[in-house]
Amino acid sequence: MTLPTLLEAPPRDAGPAPAAAPPRRHARLDRTYLVMLVPVLALFSLFIVFPALTGVLFSFTNYAGYGDWKFIGALNYVNMFKDPTILQAYLFTFFFALVSTLVVNVLSLALALALNAKIKWRTGMRTLFFIPMVLSGLVVAYVFNYLFSNTIPALADSLGFTPLASSILSDERFAWIAVVFVTVWQAAPGVTIIYLAGLQSIPGEVHEAAELDGAGGFRKFASITLPLILGYLVINVILGFKGYLGAYEIIVALTGGGPGTATQSVAMKIFSGFTGGDYAYQMANAVVFFIITVAISLFQLRIIQRRGVSL
Amino acid sequence: MTVPTTIAHPPVQPTDATAPPSRRALKAPKESYKVNWPLTIVLLVAALTILIPLYFTVVMALKGPSQTGGTGLETPNPVEFANFPAAWVTVGFGRALMSTALVTVFSVIGAVLASSMVAYAIARNWERRFFRASYVYLLSALFIPFPVLILPLIKQTAVLGLDNPVGVILLHVLGGISFFSLLYIAFIRSIPVEIEESARLDGASTWQVFWRIIVPLLGPMNATVAIFAFLGAWNDFLLPQMIIADPTLQTLPVVQNLFQGEFNTDYNLAFASYLMALAPTLIVYVLAQRWVLSGVMRGAVK
Repeated sequence: MTLPTLLEAPPRDAGPAPAAAPPRRHARLDRTYLVMLVPVLALFSLFIVFPALTGVLFSFTNYAGYGDWKFIGALNYVNMFKDPTILQAYLFTFFFALVSTLVVNVLSLALALALNAKIKWRTGMRTLFFIPMVLSGLVVAYVFNYLFSNTIPALADSLGFTPLASSILSDERFAWIAVVFVTVWQAAPGVTIIYLAGLQSIPGEVHEAAELDGAGGFRKFASITLPLILGYLVINVILGFKGYLGAYEIIVALTGGGPGTATQSVAMKIFSGFTGGDYAYQMANAVVFFIITVAISLFQLRIIQRRGVSL
Repeated sequence: MTVPTTIAHPPVQPTDATAPPSRRALKAPKESYKVNWPLTIVLLVAALTILIPLYFTVVMALKGPSQTGGTGLETPNPVEFANFPAAWVTVGFGRALMSTALVTVFSVIGAVLASSMVAYAIARNWERRFFRASYVYLLSALFIPFPVLILPLIKQTAVLGLDNPVGVILLHVLGGISFFSLLYIAFIRSIPVEIEESARLDGASTWQVFWRIIVPLLGPMNATVAIFAFLGAWNDFLLPQMIIADPTLQTLPVVQNLFQGEFNTDYNLAFASYLMALAPTLIVYVLAQRWVLSGVMRGAVK
């Protein structure tokens, strides 16, 4: 899991407990370690860090993706803030990420509790509910595309339920519901596994003690289970939110950003810079997106540290 | 980066995650607790959300064009197996499968080797500033959203002649380094240095220690990283779509967009192709589900 390890990781000063024994501290560096590390660092710099930096550089030019270019200062950034389609993409993306985070976590927590309870065929149930985790999100979204645009309208029609008789995907007001639905379908298993791991880390005696004290089902959940898995909840919310902000393939396969631009995400907008002739402009968009993402991550980390949630 | 963020990375409790079901299965074939039937029934109903789309994909793939109308949920009659070979030819499935398999195999091997090597070097030299700084440097990539990199990366891979599956493999490996070396470093820190030191006294070099002692000890974590890397590479759409220039080298998820043309009505062919694209991971998962789930759960909180 990224965050827990990340937060706790920088092994405070002396590091990996055993390795920190004093005699090693002044030992000569074994070159082999450099051979293991440096080539990977070099490639990492070339293919991850360098593109990020050139991207920032190009965001200050008028580069169209081909041909000549020159520096134009912060003009791209200024234009961006006046561009209603960009603004709309940001609004949609944030709305979508918020709703998805909420729905995914509520459902996954409920599912984890159920899969951890005294149900019949527990192993089989778990296997079944975790299936979406291994499937391609894109192909799954193609399947749902057909279900939403043909099967559900046909069913609704035969049942005489007119509100659903036309495809939800072509309805500007409700297409986002389909996008959230498929996102939840695909993301819930991974999140559920994290909660399940959290639930299994709670010793059984804790619940038995609560039962002896007369705590009911909901009371047990609210006062015991939830506080004990708070760390897992925080991880899921932070990682999920960041992931949904980058939403791309499910939207591409379901609505293509439509109808109109109703479900166009920021990531789709940025990728359009490759073919749309506004490379530098979309790079500026990407830089702003990067700053916002980092700001949100740092903000969430601050809150966690202040609350003293132990991960 | 894509690889780590697209797949959920769960936590755990290495042993008790999967052990209880298996132990229970060995000791008492029937559940030893009082079964909560109402909840079981709720779950069975909820399971329909998983089963219906899968069922739908299968029946659609087995129908002829004349049976396609209506809800699409009707069972196929007659069953049309010809869709599979037809879809295979139409999308160039064999080629795409080969390309995907190659990308996946090398991405997994690369991720396991590169990440464990980097993690070992960093974990065993934590007292040196350069290694500590490298750690922070690699971690910082966890904060870079993929859309920020992609436009410059497309240009860069093209210039370097890496606008092909090799480039995709390289990017999968490098993109996964941050997250995977985190997992490995946490794991290596729990391996006592004494084990290595006795081997060194016997004259083993650092490479020999790494290959003969560390890599085998990393076994469970290698499995976890391999599962994440496998799912990330096999199901990836974004990187191949953006990086691979030659359509004949495209991977399975990307070639599925062939059926997305506005006037395409070959739904049965499309679903036969979807089913073939979904089947490999689904089959592997069902066969090895206990192993996969425990691996995934290990990948998280300690």
